[in-house]
Amino acid sequence: MERLRKYGFIAGFLAVPVILYSVFVISPYIQAFQISLTDWDGYAANLNYVGLENFAKLFDDDAFWQALRNHGILLLVLPLATIVIALFFSFLINLGGGSNGAGMRGIWGSKFYRVVFFFPQVLAVAVVGVLFKAIYRPDEYGVVNGALIKLGLDPVGWLVEPGLALWAVIAVMIWQAVGFYVVLFSAGMAAIPKDYFEAAALDGAGRFRLFFSITLPLLRDTVQVGWVYLGIAAFDGFALIQVLAGDKGEPDGTTHVLPVQIWKTAFNYSEYGYASAMGVALFFLTVTFAVLTLRTTRRERIEY
Amino acid sequence: MATRRRPSRPRPSLLSGLSHVALIIWALLIILPLLWTFLASFKNNAEIFGDALQLPGALRFDSWARAWDKAHVGRYLLNTVIVVFFSTLGTMVSGSMAAYVLARYRFPGNRLIYYFFVAGMAFPVFLALGPLFFVVQQVGLLYTHAGLVLVYIAYSLPFTVFFLAAFFRSLPESVAEAARIDGASHTRTFFQIMVPMAKPGLVSITIFNVLGQWNQYLLPLVLVARDEEDWVITQGIASISTLAGADADWPSLFAALSMTILPVLVVYVIFQRQIQSGLGAGALK
Repeated sequence: MERLRKYGFIAGFLAVPVILYSVFVISPYIQAFQISLTDWDGYAANLNYVGLENFAKLFDDDAFWQALRNHGILLLVLPLATIVIALFFSFLINLGGGSNGAGMRGIWGSKFYRVVFFFPQVLAVAVVGVLFKAIYRPDEYGVVNGALIKLGLDPVGWLVEPGLALWAVIAVMIWQAVGFYVVLFSAGMAAIPKDYFEAAALDGAGRFRLFFSITLPLLRDTVQVGWVYLGIAAFDGFALIQVLAGDKGEPDGTTHVLPVQIWKTAFNYSEYGYASAMGVALFFLTVTFAVLTLRTTRRERIEY
Repeated sequence: MATRRRPSRPRPSLLSGLSHVALIIWALLIILPLLWTFLASFKNNAEIFGDALQLPGALRFDSWARAWDKAHVGRYLLNTVIVVFFSTLGTMVSGSMAAYVLARYRFPGNRLIYYFFVAGMAFPVFLALGPLFFVVQQVGLLYTHAGLVLVYIAYSLPFTVFFLAAFFRSLPESVAEAARIDGASHTRTFFQIMVPMAKPGLVSITIFNVLGQWNQYLLPLVLVARDEEDWVITQGIASISTLAGADADWPSLFAALSMTILPVLVVYVIFQRQIQSGLGAGALK
């Protein structure tokens, strides 16, 4: 009786979440793999299997390679820049004040910085996109260009110059991401025992030594987690690029990314088979990246 | 040798000064665009296109009224509040129930169902996009807020279950044991004993879900795009930004942006401690 009651309770608690999740998450994912092998247009009653034709088409698609190139740039720049900036700031905020006998403390005003740096993280990416569209305006009415002109410089076409557009987008991504990683690394730094820093400070270690010889090695796992998150973000970029640069990859394909192409191919061109093939490609790219990162950076955990 | 004995050595002031400069510059990079948006909402077109760094000539609230009524920001905000209220509520109730059972009961298939949920975090949502549209259509909920709510719940479950299962696992067994000996049912033990004990974790993940669902742009773009009156705020803002160019009504774009940003900032400032500790802890698990 008690056993029956227990299993009844378990089933009752799991039923709704499992059904919702199966219907709206798992089944679309499975269907996507299936549809990627068809030329389905969203209307046909039966699926017409075309084998790997969509993937062959993908390999001949210039836009796809352009998108891969852009994801490559994002993958190199976004994690590295964000992590370096965030590590620097979280070190200053948590430990930059030096030791005061009772332990390490943050630089003056650290509470304020911690709150402000996180602001962009709570704003919708779409809203951030609209905001930066005004900031980046290519004419003298843009905030940046208005200031440049005041300083006697020429206005810059941030989002219209092919060599600049992707970097302007990446700058916004970094602007928005840094706050989260400051919080993440701060949590990691708080977990490092204070006496490590005290001992090192007593031995005469300066702040550079404290950072490179103690903080960074002990923060390795956290940085690795951050690297994986940011790498996955480098395969996204949908909302920001769709709002900021439009869905045509302008200028000149330099802001092509796979998510925008998938969305456009499915909902504007009704090529669901092809869009799903792109989705499958995106999935394997993301998973490959995550597995590679975790494998190459794996190492013994330091227990403290 | 003398410096070694003093734990608080005189700090190198140049370095310290540069650190402050760096921190202040980053803080300004964040505050100034937001402040500029807020101020621009009180400007008229001429002032917006004049000097970007100038204050508005007068406090004009007419752009706020226009954004609220004519640009339907009021409508979009209301839609978003309704959708996010129900989706977060649904996520928390169903997610905490699943997480609790998976964390604290042994039964065949437990691990399997746990990994079934957690695996959802590995898939990019773009992979599911096309099929998802047709799944929602098949269950008859396409272009409805109810459909959007269910989809939000489903896609929030992996992280919610993952985070809360870890949290429930960390709670002591003794209290639940005592309740059971006193004859409390499993359901009662959960709602009256475990949920109050798990409150810090539940608060963190609730805020996390509210922010995430409030800011969602892709899913509404796919699922409630047809009727403008169903739109949520992110869709509305993106569309106003395209329209502002056509109508030449920039002040109301900035008023709409301010209306979107301010409530989120207020919620954030009130709950910033929970948000930051929750996110930090959750991400590291």
